[in-house]
Amino acid sequence: MSDAETLLNVEDAPEDQEEPQLLPLDAWHRAHGGRMVPFAGYIMPVQYEGIMAEHLWVRESAGLFDVSHMGQLVLTGEGVDRALEAVLPGDIQGLGVNRMRYSLLLNDEGGVLDDLMITRRASTDEDGHPGTELYMVVNGATKYDDIGYLLETLSDDVTINLQDEQALLAVQGPKAVATVARLVPGVDSLVFMTAGAFDWNGTPLWISRSGYTGEDGLEISVPAEAVAAFADALLAQPEIRPIGLGARDSLRLEAGLPLYGHDLDPETTPVMADLGFALAKKRREAADFAGAARILAERESGPAVQRVGLLVTGRQPVREGASVVDADGAVIGRVTSGGFAPTLGGAIAMAYVPTDLAAPGTGVRLVQRGKVHEAVVAAMPFVPHRYVRQGAK
Amino acid sequence: MRYFTEDHEWIDVDGAIGTVGITDYAQGQLGDIVFVDVPAEGRQLSKGDEAAVVESVKAASDVYTPVSGTVLEGNAALADQPDLVNSDADGEGWFFRITLSDESELEELMDEAAYEAFVAKL
Repeated sequence: MSDAETLLNVEDAPEDQEEPQLLPLDAWHRAHGGRMVPFAGYIMPVQYEGIMAEHLWVRESAGLFDVSHMGQLVLTGEGVDRALEAVLPGDIQGLGVNRMRYSLLLNDEGGVLDDLMITRRASTDEDGHPGTELYMVVNGATKYDDIGYLLETLSDDVTINLQDEQALLAVQGPKAVATVARLVPGVDSLVFMTAGAFDWNGTPLWISRSGYTGEDGLEISVPAEAVAAFADALLAQPEIRPIGLGARDSLRLEAGLPLYGHDLDPETTPVMADLGFALAKKRREAADFAGAARILAERESGPAVQRVGLLVTGRQPVREGASVVDADGAVIGRVTSGGFAPTLGGAIAMAYVPTDLAAPGTGVRLVQRGKVHEAVVAAMPFVPHRYVRQGAK
Repeated sequence: MRYFTEDHEWIDVDGAIGTVGITDYAQGQLGDIVFVDVPAEGRQLSKGDEAAVVESVKAASDVYTPVSGTVLEGNAALADQPDLVNSDADGEGWFFRITLSDESELEELMDEAAYEAFVAKL
């Protein structure tokens, strides 16, 4: 049998990179049976009891994820929101306190350098004056490049602080919020894409109701020195089990959420990636963000290729790197993520295909290791999102 | 008599007929198995050929034949129940049966004690 390397760890650890770093919870993961692999420059748990069981547990109860590899940035300074709008197509100036948005970091060609969450929160400057700051969570594998690009792009008035003394946990699943509320009273007052400051036994927490699984849940920024104790307290709740990167990937795939470096890269634009919702109306009208001319033209007349979901016939996973071919076998697209969907019991994928093949119901043909697989374009998410939005409570 | 390869296949030999599977250690490393592609009856294989594909949630792996010969049958049960490889890698989760063309090839394989010692060092 060939080496059972995980596909997860292949592309995110460039060979010239230094030794992978350890997360604050490294010993905790090992003590809980985590199988550790390199990912995004860190040693991380790919699974504990097994990807399938962990995946299904998150869909029915709640799972604890360590996502401390991600970059937590705090941006401060006069006009930081306006300045960021040069490279983010969202309405950052209009972002209210404790509100968060999904956004995309763009290069001058409109290519996606990263995808991220940005939140405005209250702050106090060094003279004690109240104001606001922007808290951004960016991908682990791209965080240092993002900082370099932002430093280049933003004026000297803006300060960027990488909070590498903060760990980041996610608790996801239908029972996540009610369970965490037992430890952190008040978190159930949050709705999807809002955030706030909380306290656990004297430890300050920054918590948002958001996530990367399609389920309701929370993302919790916690000081690294307190994270093991907090993770223990979470895991003491019978509803919560630890979940590794493997299930994180299959959950986000079912939820139709793109993974940076796989489904998104500098060659793709927000329109190609079918992330047009990240282009705020006000910003489209002003057309004043990086790559706006190209992005708005694509939005108007359609991109050449587009990210779609695929239901693959049969059980065999068709993974990243497989080709989309036409009737003559010519390559017309590529699979960027794919795998077995535990909730659906079949194989699903994301692919870039020519726009005339992007309508749900269109049949396409995939080739992987010389074998042909039939697939049908499907609307995403594959598994419905269960976010708890404003007004739905 | 059961023999093992360094690639974590096992073969049970009864006369000139062998039954091939992957070891319990291998299924544990792979994790949840969601698909198995077994060779068709009559396929001619040379020792070390890619004979089957096993896909876990994480990754695809090739299964190599430990011996040369002609495939008698693939395990049809794995089409609907690929997780038999997880639950019973040493038994119900076998991959294929093969008629050996050169029994001397068995001499190059490990016995159970040697395989256990090999795995202990991994």
